[in-house]
Amino acid sequence: MGRTLAEKVWDDHVVRHAEGEPDLLFIDLHLLHEVTSPQAFEGLRLAGRKVRRTDLTIATEDHNTPTLDIDKPIADPVSRVQLETLRANCAEFGVRLHSLGDVEQGVVHVVGPQLGLTQPGTTVVCGDSHTSTHGAFGALAFGIGTSQVEHVLATQTLPLAPFRTMAITVEGELPGGVTAKDLILAVITKIGTGGGQGYVLEYRGSAIRSLSMEARMTVCNMSIEAGARAGMIAPDETTFAYLEGRPHAPEGEDWDAAVAYWKTLVTDEDAVFDAEVFIDASELSPFVTWGTNPGQGAPLSADVPDPASFEDPQARAAAESALAYMGLTAGTPLREVSVDAVFVGSCTNGRIEDLRAAAAVVEGRKVADGVRMLVVPGSVRVALQAMDEGLDKVFTAAGAEWRHAGCSMCLGMNPDQLAPGERCASTSNRNFEGRQGKGGRTHLVSPQVAAATAVLGRLASPADLSPAPADGADARTTVEV
Amino acid sequence: MEKFTTHTGRVVPLRRSNVDTDQIIPAHWLKKVTRTGFEDGLFESWRKDENFVLNQPQYAGASILVAGPEFGTGSSREHAVWALENYGFRAVLSSRFADIFRGNSLKNGLLTVILPQETVEQIWALVEADPTVEVTVDLEAREVRTEGITASFELDENVRWRLLNGLDDIGITLQQESEIASFEATRPTFKPDTTPVG
Repeated sequence: MGRTLAEKVWDDHVVRHAEGEPDLLFIDLHLLHEVTSPQAFEGLRLAGRKVRRTDLTIATEDHNTPTLDIDKPIADPVSRVQLETLRANCAEFGVRLHSLGDVEQGVVHVVGPQLGLTQPGTTVVCGDSHTSTHGAFGALAFGIGTSQVEHVLATQTLPLAPFRTMAITVEGELPGGVTAKDLILAVITKIGTGGGQGYVLEYRGSAIRSLSMEARMTVCNMSIEAGARAGMIAPDETTFAYLEGRPHAPEGEDWDAAVAYWKTLVTDEDAVFDAEVFIDASELSPFVTWGTNPGQGAPLSADVPDPASFEDPQARAAAESALAYMGLTAGTPLREVSVDAVFVGSCTNGRIEDLRAAAAVVEGRKVADGVRMLVVPGSVRVALQAMDEGLDKVFTAAGAEWRHAGCSMCLGMNPDQLAPGERCASTSNRNFEGRQGKGGRTHLVSPQVAAATAVLGRLASPADLSPAPADGADARTTVEV
Repeated sequence: MEKFTTHTGRVVPLRRSNVDTDQIIPAHWLKKVTRTGFEDGLFESWRKDENFVLNQPQYAGASILVAGPEFGTGSSREHAVWALENYGFRAVLSSRFADIFRGNSLKNGLLTVILPQETVEQIWALVEADPTVEVTVDLEAREVRTEGITASFELDENVRWRLLNGLDDIGITLQQESEIASFEATRPTFKPDTTPVG
């Protein structure tokens, strides 16, 4: 019987297979950041162990880093200690680190792919659940806990429980204005936050094939929000074109050998998935979450649901507490929900295509009065590219804040946070209670919906906007003149 | 890792599904660089409500948490496990756990036990009627026992063996060093490495 993509990558990394034991898998790439690594390095130190493969390990600073005044000492002393701890650990153990202020610094899941380190057929781990992002390249990539971080540092391997496979087949063409983010939010609502538990998801079908690499990363990024172990997309010409010429991509004969191998990384026609989900791309529309878990979502055109409409008692109770926390009333059209803040960024939607999409919507328009819009590039490289294209000027002319790279308002670990009760349309990945700051309320959206929401001050898609004034309000043109 | 063989204690009934790791330990606690001192951060936001179950005096000192499905969903933060352990929990019972949380718990000697939702409901009802009821989580027998309930549970045999003996995963893997070295010797040259280029 044939094998799935995930099974092929798994098989190619088995260091040891023995009856009654989990397979021991080799790890090709270990990404580190400041939050989940200090206790792992401390464990190595206490046991007198070293990092086995510093040449397969790389660290960046992202969760704690401020996005303003990055040339000044970090104000929060606890954050400062954590960043200093990473710097000391990387120096002591010989690990490559990109610190705040370095041109390669950024959100760990943006940095790996842009350096060309994330490649098809590799195993990638990081002490961060959104490591699933890297599956967009046909890598088997998953988030791990700190004990496992220590295990990989010491051995470059992990003992792993077997997984099941699920095909998420999306056929057809996405309607105009519908993005990878809408697609994955719809998938999560369909299968639920636990629907992917124990599974490696493989996204396939014509709608997936037509996505750019960055859009594929957005899809795979949120596999964890469906509870999955990982999410993958088979590599193809789009993948190879993205990788060619990147700093760590293979060159010359190695490139040819790599591409020949990468082309074998497809699910065989006679392979069988343990579960299959089918989605018709043409039926999708801009999607938003209304609740406090990522499975509580609905099309933007819908109303806030009535908890009584949920048959499952757990889902009903969850909807009731979500509406109470979110300050929403059942039956309210989602388009009438007004926001205080808009966040464009994160490992889900902080790449150049995301910034371009948001900029195209706000260009020549203004952020609504009383709304704060934060635009945070996913890495310094993304920021530089955006500035080359004048996108920063588009955002600031519209009244948005253009910030330095980092995780920013995706999670409440740095100064970018919501105040209690504030409501935010966010391109990030989690709408948990307090995720963006204590008492903050999060609606997960695409960059396009985020930008349109910023302009109208209520949840909206670009189609809801009246045409931008043509009379010289185009900030980009103004700058170029 | 601390051994887990059998544990008997009182129960905190947490009637919520999708208890995510941001609720178990909010992000601002993750700035700590130790594995200890997270107990005050456990469910920090919910504990501000005096009616929250952990604030109810009848459940003080309980060491087994019984929660709704999808417990531990969200971030990979092992701090969630440390917070539960630092607070005094030795076991969590639920019908479904998120994968990463479950893996983390079993590497720290916090036993996560999967029970049918009906059994979870029975235990909730039992301890809400009488909070002094004790529950035994027996890893050797793979059973949860309390008044009128005996429920067996599944756990991977290798994981169970490591827990029963409090074994160090890294130590075990390092015994297989020669196999790791042989694998490394066969890696294709086109595989990426992080050595700076240029």
